[in-house]
Amino acid sequence: MMPVAWAIPCLLLLSAAGIVTARSAFGRVLIYGGCLLLCSALAIGGFDALTAPNQHLQLPIGLPWVGTNLRLDALAGFFLILVGLGGGGASLYALGYARHEEHPQRVLPFYPAFLAAMILVILADDAFTFLFAWELMSLTSWALVMAHHREDGNARAGYVYLIMATFSGLALLLAFGLLAGDLGNYAFDSIRNNPPLPEVAGVVMLVALIGAGSKAGLVPLHVWLPLAHPAAPSHVSALMSGVMTKVAVYGFIRIVFDLVGPTQWWAGTVVLAVGGITAVIGVLQALMERDLKRLLAYSTVENIGIIFIGLGLSLAFRANNLGAGAALALTAALFHALNHTTFKSLLFFGAGAVLHATGQRDMETLGGLIHRMKVTPFVFLIGCIAISGLPPLNGFASEWLTFQAVLLRPEFPQWGLKLLIPVDGALLALAAALASCCFVRAYGICFLGRPRSDAAAQARETDPWSLSAMIVFAALCLLTGIIPGAVIDTLAPVARDLTGARMPVQLGDAWQTIVPIAASRSSYNGLLVFAFITISILITVVTIHRLSAHGVRRAPPWDCGFPDPTPLSQYSAASFEQPIRRVFGTVLLRSKEVVDMPPPGDNRPASIVRTIHDPAWEGIYRPLAATIGWIAGKSDLLAYLTIRSYLSFVFAALVVLLIALTIWQ
Amino acid sequence: MIYPLLAQLVQMTVILTLSPLLIGLVRKVKSRLQRRRGASMIQPYRDLRRLLGKEAVVADNASWLFRIAPYFVFASTWVAAALIPTFSANLMFSWSGDLIAITALLGSARFALALAGMDVGTSFGGLGSSREMMIASLAEPAMLMIVFSVALIAGSTELSTIAGYMLNGQVGLRVSLAMALAALLIVAVAENGRIPVDNPSTHLELTMVHEAMVLEYSGRHLAMIELAASLQLMLYLSMVACIFIPFGMAADANRPLLDAVGFFAWLAKMAAGGIALGVAETIVAKMRVFRVPNFLGAALMLGLLGVLLLFVSRGM
Repeated sequence: MMPVAWAIPCLLLLSAAGIVTARSAFGRVLIYGGCLLLCSALAIGGFDALTAPNQHLQLPIGLPWVGTNLRLDALAGFFLILVGLGGGGASLYALGYARHEEHPQRVLPFYPAFLAAMILVILADDAFTFLFAWELMSLTSWALVMAHHREDGNARAGYVYLIMATFSGLALLLAFGLLAGDLGNYAFDSIRNNPPLPEVAGVVMLVALIGAGSKAGLVPLHVWLPLAHPAAPSHVSALMSGVMTKVAVYGFIRIVFDLVGPTQWWAGTVVLAVGGITAVIGVLQALMERDLKRLLAYSTVENIGIIFIGLGLSLAFRANNLGAGAALALTAALFHALNHTTFKSLLFFGAGAVLHATGQRDMETLGGLIHRMKVTPFVFLIGCIAISGLPPLNGFASEWLTFQAVLLRPEFPQWGLKLLIPVDGALLALAAALASCCFVRAYGICFLGRPRSDAAAQARETDPWSLSAMIVFAALCLLTGIIPGAVIDTLAPVARDLTGARMPVQLGDAWQTIVPIAASRSSYNGLLVFAFITISILITVVTIHRLSAHGVRRAPPWDCGFPDPTPLSQYSAASFEQPIRRVFGTVLLRSKEVVDMPPPGDNRPASIVRTIHDPAWEGIYRPLAATIGWIAGKSDLLAYLTIRSYLSFVFAALVVLLIALTIWQ
Repeated sequence: MIYPLLAQLVQMTVILTLSPLLIGLVRKVKSRLQRRRGASMIQPYRDLRRLLGKEAVVADNASWLFRIAPYFVFASTWVAAALIPTFSANLMFSWSGDLIAITALLGSARFALALAGMDVGTSFGGLGSSREMMIASLAEPAMLMIVFSVALIAGSTELSTIAGYMLNGQVGLRVSLAMALAALLIVAVAENGRIPVDNPSTHLELTMVHEAMVLEYSGRHLAMIELAASLQLMLYLSMVACIFIPFGMAADANRPLLDAVGFFAWLAKMAAGGIALGVAETIVAKMRVFRVPNFLGAALMLGLLGVLLLFVSRGM
């Protein structure tokens, strides 16, 4: 038996209850309160599963000769923790935030079903259940994306999302079809027992990368993500960015690390290349974005890239039978997945609070919120520091582990890996640096400075439920940052299952130092760094206040003698990003700036127009859509032929088939 | 137990108290080269005392972040500086943060300062923050590439172990190490806002980066930031000394005599570094802001090339 599986029917029941009670306050409390409780239980169940033996459950529904197989192992347990954590946090947040929802009947029925679908993906132990749950997850989240379908651009977002989700499902269908082989092994257990041939394994790996990667947001399959994630209500955005992308990562790990078995070394290079490009392109596009929620969505793309860099390293090490390295890289990737769930949820909650307080997502209309809100700016700052990969918070710990995996540098026999791994290290470093630039910009423009609109000047702090969710996640960012050893140890069973090795035991080491390989090689102690910084601040504050004059005088800003009373002269998001756009954007995003300065005597206003091109849209999707349209237009002719032509087509097809059959035999 | 702790504390105090002197030395060298007498070498101390004695003038609409940032910036820089071996390769807390952590700690300090620059909502503050982050977006990966090169050669990212390895003298001349040194010098110049990337003594609107960011600060807050800046300069010089010219540094733990030798060797290295910096700043002209990415891009490429060489062949 499997207690955590009960969460699925319970959530579906809540979903049904949501249809009935959606319009009442009771419905809101029932649904989100119920989801909060179930998610907390789920997180605990997932935690238990890490060390417990595998649990199986077979239900007599689904495919007739396969049934519905569920399995809870360490990997599933870890991802259940993520779902429980992210889902619980989002539910807690929604207890307050959803009060402002105008159409609760469009959100409440789908929200628990979305959670249930994600849990089912993780627990599924046969291809049919997996794909069914995967599609259910896509459809429920699509419904949530379309909750505000009358708002500008949301219908398009939903449309693009639907196409990409279908594509992702199709790719996974192909992957499982290849894995099932001639015998039709749809249960994961029989796939594990009959591993595919190496050539087939390579194809499955690529197809799974496309299928899971388009859900996770790998470049160039990421185009739907920055459209769809921000379109949903903020707690659902947090769930989609913080949790659903992790479920996609889970799908990739389950297929490639578990089902496919040993892969060849080039599998690692493909994942490494895609991961590195995703990280840099994602963060660059985040830097150019002025919509706060879309910025966060692009940053999700970046973090997915970082996670896939870790997975690619792990595949590379595993293909060369370097168990310890594979375990280190996989642990780093999973640790980053956990971290991303915490800080990205926190940041989306913060964006939701800002949206509620001001009605604005456009950063150019915000500013000065730090004066109007008491708690949100502080916790949002913690999220920004964590996502920028700065010590002593958690983002740094996982990026540090990834760097350590890059630095292992065993003697790879393959030149592809020798050249790609250092390049990926550089891309990761670049992405980390750009991320901190991106979040200085995001925080500085939204919360600091002077308000750029009346709405920002009148902003008010959000409700206590939302605040408590944000505070919990901010505390988690700090905790996992200063005691990373606990997370590494928790992940040990997962790494052992998938790579056959584990990282050295971390807890119990003096002062909670983490030592990925050996003490002489590298170590990091988040707790001590945090303590040192705190102590130094205290010493400094005490000393300074003893030594120096005490007075603080408030005065108008100095600004080199030219303070401007209007907020227009302060730096805007567009001006902040301008140097970066000039340095990186001109090549990668083909950004352009056209200044129109009227000559003296001309009264029209001067203007500056900046244009950015998304290489994925213009290089892939536009031509693809054009080609499909062209083919559709041409094949439209077929609809207007005479009955004789159709009959001759049928006859010709028959003849061709007969000839083919003759040659074949 | 007592001696290593003492050594660590001495290191922390020494690097803090001597860093303004280094700034004074650089300024003195520059003014002598410009045929000026220049201010006394201890002028930076006087400046700090003067700033501490003045009341802090804070802009009307500055938030709590503006007032906390200087302390955080100073504390992070100080912790980073405390992790750099100066006179002895055996620092008590060296294991709590390696070179990557030191780089990232400086990144935290910069993050706080850039935010503080945007807090008041003036055009100069935003200009400084934006440019600083642009420079950092290239300097930080370059720095990490240097860390990678050095770590791959020494087999460790810990500065104490690296210093010990370099002291052993089995390293010899390596192409990758030379590239790392060149890249580190560029990064050090950029990160400390020295000529040709930034000019610490300018207040000309269009050229300043760091100074624009801290324009609104005064009194004790400004003192903290100035001290942090001088600490950072000393940190980078010590890092170069520790990795590339570790000679004289005490390799064995708990040997007071060796430590004393190491201390004077370090002082000599710092003086030499300060003089070299002063000379370099005098003979080089400041760059346009949009030349800086090319300059730093060169550092990034050198660093990456060094790492690639090391991945391809261990002997390079």
